[in-house]
Amino acid sequence: MTHVAVIDYGMGNLHSVAKALEHVGKRAGITLKVSVTSDPAVLRAADRLVFPGVGAMRDCMAEIRRLCVDEILREQVKLKPVLAICVGMQALMQHSDENGGVPCIGLFAGQVKRFDDHAVDQSGAELKVPHMGWNRVRQTQAHPMWRGIADNSHFYFVHSYYVAPDAPAVIVGEADYPKPFCAAMAHKKVFAVQFHPEKSQANGLQLLENFLGWNGQAHL
Amino acid sequence: MTLAKRIIPCLDCDNGRVVKGVKFVDIRDAGDPVEVSKRYCDQGADEITFLDITASSSERNTTIHTVEAIASQVFIPLTVGGGIRKLQDIRNLLNAGADKVGINTSAVLNPEFVREAADRFGSQCIVVAIDAKCISKPGEPRQWEIFTHGGRNPTGLEAIAWARKMVGYGAGEILLTSMDRDGTKSGFDLELNRAISEAVTVPVIASGGVGNLQDLVDGIIIGKADAVLAASIFHFGQFTIPQAKQYMREHGIEMR
Repeated sequence: MTHVAVIDYGMGNLHSVAKALEHVGKRAGITLKVSVTSDPAVLRAADRLVFPGVGAMRDCMAEIRRLCVDEILREQVKLKPVLAICVGMQALMQHSDENGGVPCIGLFAGQVKRFDDHAVDQSGAELKVPHMGWNRVRQTQAHPMWRGIADNSHFYFVHSYYVAPDAPAVIVGEADYPKPFCAAMAHKKVFAVQFHPEKSQANGLQLLENFLGWNGQAHL
Repeated sequence: MTLAKRIIPCLDCDNGRVVKGVKFVDIRDAGDPVEVSKRYCDQGADEITFLDITASSSERNTTIHTVEAIASQVFIPLTVGGGIRKLQDIRNLLNAGADKVGINTSAVLNPEFVREAADRFGSQCIVVAIDAKCISKPGEPRQWEIFTHGGRNPTGLEAIAWARKMVGYGAGEILLTSMDRDGTKSGFDLELNRAISEAVTVPVIASGGVGNLQDLVDGIIIGKADAVLAASIFHFGQFTIPQAKQYMREHGIEMR
């Protein structure tokens, strides 16, 4: 039995992540318990953590701090695999430019920046912000979490901000909008994605299934 | 390589059934929303839009249960619209598994509602749905007015200025329906779509009037839409999603 806790800090749609995990658990024949909670005892007892999030960073960080999710994450990333999604990924950085500037958890060195308004693609068409829809992810480094997922596969994104880690070595996936940005980063037991695996149909479900089997090492 | 354009099948639902009418009348039954959503997802639809056209609010619980059932089986984005009046309505739908909500009449009645909703839940989940009708006479420069209540009530609001205002208030996406074309199968109102798409910084979904696959291509290339929404051509088996994607790809459009 593997116990996955989805960290609930009151922001966004946790139903989808939990349902998608249950779906892939059943499909892979894994006996799985999924908790959606902010209870420190449950988070500490779980085998794996999912750190999701949607919404504005100021409100997210306020709730993360109020519920001590930042402290729990700092301690738990050393102990068990953690998958951070979207604003969850962004919250791992040191600082976000959103809402006039918000200090974040700081597990990864680097900033969260906004896409430029009025950027144009090769054809001269203006790119919309938020970056919303399906984009291809280049797997810039091999990682067990990419198992069974073809390079340059489409994943679903919806965000106006992206992470810019100081250390290029943590970037494991990139997408273009129009410039390359970090779509996935990994360090030790943390794997973080800007896209929504729970909304990315077959590729996303495969990534979640990989997470259920991942031992937290960078290599198989 | 860049962001793919999206095909979004739309499920108009009345009391738990998918229906489709012509210009919002002459309604036909098109199946169970959970089965229909799952079929489209398996075919490669990029998102699902679920519009609750149920008249009475007493049947709103049906919608919540349907959204829960869809979200448990369909792992692509789900937008839910229809009858959203309060922040709690949005919270309930997001909790049920919706990723975005479509706000239409409530935005017209109280534009501040859009600002509050975007502040609370983030712009990424706030879609403002605009029903526009051409009000200029033949030969005049074209102008469009916003209508509410499924196209019955004129508002006096000019469409382009309204779209800009809604984006300023925090709308993360515009779902633009031409009331003149909806259900007619005569193609999108491309001029309307292009005018709105060029006026705002957020993605625009073209809706209303798709009759064939060329209409989808025109919506993207001429109408500058980021996504195309259609109902009848998919519901009644005229085309499948893979056929539509293949056709769009052959016309140089980046598709998933």
